[in-house]
Amino acid sequence: MLDFFIRFIPRAVGQGIPLMFGSVGETLTEKSGNLNLGTAGIMYVGGICGVIGAFLYETGTETMNPFLGIAIPLFCCLLGSLLMGLLYCFLTVSLRANQNVTGLAMTTFGVGFGNFFGGSLIKLSGADVPSIALSKSSGFFAAKLPFAERLGWFGKIFLSYSFLAYAAIVIALAASYVINKTRVGLNLRAVGESPATADAAGIDVIRYKYAATCIGAMISGLGGLYYVFDYASGVWSNDAFGDRGWLAIALVIFTIWEPIHSIWASIAFGGLYILHMFIPAGTNLAIKEIYQMAPFLATIFMLILTSIHNKKENQPPASLGLSYFREDR
Amino acid sequence: MRNRGVHFHISRRNDISWRKAWGIRCAVMALAFLLCGLITMAATGLNPIKVYAAMIDGNFGTSRRFWMLLQNMAVLLSISLALVPAFRMRFWNLGGDGQALMGALGAAACMILIGDKVPSFVLILIMAVASIVCGMVWAAIPAWFKAKFGTNETLFTLMMNYVAIQLVAFFVIVWEMPKGSGKIGIINQSTQAGWFPQIGGNKYLLNILIALLITVGVYIYMRYSKQGYELAVVGESGSTARYVGIKIQHVIIRTMMLSGALCGITGLLLVGGTDHTLTTTIVSGRGFTGVMVAWLAKFNPFVMILTTFLLVFLKGGSSEITTIFGLNQSFGDIITGVLLFFILGCDFFLNYTISMSKSGKEAA
Repeated sequence: MLDFFIRFIPRAVGQGIPLMFGSVGETLTEKSGNLNLGTAGIMYVGGICGVIGAFLYETGTETMNPFLGIAIPLFCCLLGSLLMGLLYCFLTVSLRANQNVTGLAMTTFGVGFGNFFGGSLIKLSGADVPSIALSKSSGFFAAKLPFAERLGWFGKIFLSYSFLAYAAIVIALAASYVINKTRVGLNLRAVGESPATADAAGIDVIRYKYAATCIGAMISGLGGLYYVFDYASGVWSNDAFGDRGWLAIALVIFTIWEPIHSIWASIAFGGLYILHMFIPAGTNLAIKEIYQMAPFLATIFMLILTSIHNKKENQPPASLGLSYFREDR
Repeated sequence: MRNRGVHFHISRRNDISWRKAWGIRCAVMALAFLLCGLITMAATGLNPIKVYAAMIDGNFGTSRRFWMLLQNMAVLLSISLALVPAFRMRFWNLGGDGQALMGALGAAACMILIGDKVPSFVLILIMAVASIVCGMVWAAIPAWFKAKFGTNETLFTLMMNYVAIQLVAFFVIVWEMPKGSGKIGIINQSTQAGWFPQIGGNKYLLNILIALLITVGVYIYMRYSKQGYELAVVGESGSTARYVGIKIQHVIIRTMMLSGALCGITGLLLVGGTDHTLTTTIVSGRGFTGVMVAWLAKFNPFVMILTTFLLVFLKGGSSEITTIFGLNQSFGDIITGVLLFFILGCDFFLNYTISMSKSGKEAA
């Protein structure tokens, strides 16, 4: 049994971390009243920007500096996600476009952007490598704690992850603290609940919406970065990231807009994602496809469950999805 | 207000003349195309005029390409139209993909299981019923929960897409031909049972006619029927609907069933009319693109023909460019995305005016 957990849990966590980044980022965004359905696209952009940065650095230098090897992809990823966040804000906050449609357009754009550069980067840059396999950069990202190996099962289950995985947990805790315990968080929640009231109270609604959405986008983007450099060992393959962005958005509802719940919920969903690999199906390949429904069915199930248990304190921010125009009051 | 001399003041437009609105739209579109050309130039190093020439050639170059354009338009248009009633009700049906996929599954199942038992004409009718029912059921499930408990429909319908994909993946393996290939080849290749008949020697004409029929049908339904009016009231204001005695739950489920049924027909068009096979990617994200098609056209079925053309043209054109330059197919998505951003932003200038006042005294 312990043997099973040692094999299962690290993989579940590996799958769960991108979801955690995505859902924490999206929670922060939604707290400001912006429903950003572009998270799936932002995570692609975050991933591919990191890949572009690392690719240019790896092909550009002979000896790689571990610090730069991490800093360059990280910076590129954050920059790319930030730009996506700014674009979303500009369209929905400043130009008051419909949030759902803008989000879908961003997903189309982001997934296309990722797949295009993932597929054409080698040709565009004229490098003579067969495929994008950033094993060196990935090595820096996936570096684990040196003493994890020596601690037996405890080390394997709790300590065998790279720094981004722990960063995800720290970010989730920090987001939870900021939202619930600080003045800034209080203002942010006010903006999400009732922008007109917040505006009357002297809170700069536009600035809060921009800041929360952009920071949220950057956090989400890290999910893409983690996926490529840690989970996929630096190999970009088109559409590999798949539907995780949407699951991350669904997780926000499941966690009732509390980033702290996202920590365990993401890992649980990561487990569902890989469950089909651990169920013996023999030669029956078809039934494996049915098992792969697990995360989606679970999402549906939890959506229904949260809607039936309709408590007053478990509601989305009241202005979620609506754009705010001061003169419309 | 800070005093900087120049002040921008944004206010809502009361109404805008027809000519001015289209002027702004055209200007924004021209700008968008210009930017897309520049992006293409940066990616391929080709001069933009050649890029546009290649795009036009990719869509209109040969009569086969032109028919492909029309055929792709027919499929995208029908799935977009399917979403209109739901969106009018403010029900975010992002499950168009899954509903169409289920329709495709229903149609393919009929072709495979009873393809050689009934005459082709009867088979097509059975396929139509099967795909409509499949699409309908797939849409009715989230609708029921939305009506009953207010379950978030955006994500529910979205997740139903993935469940549908896995279900199709399951049946693809069950029905794989030949065994072990992991895919269903062309179904009934020799007998052509269940294939749509060719009209005047053109195999896509029936698809196009059906799409046009749906366009007119949806227009009439939304504009002149009692049901169309009811769902618009539910969309505008739930309390008004309740006040005038509209059964909201009933309307939600009925509208979504209609939406799902039309998506199912799209699946039928794909399996019976064009592809004659079943894959998990047969709908290829048209359910999402359809959301944007419908939104950009402000849900007007006839304007949707134009927006469909625009998106299909871009897709066809950019796929031509990517083939010429050996680039990745996803280039089209980037161009589409950029264009959509422009059109989304454009609405602002139709609904609001920006006026500038030089002296800041008043505001300060």
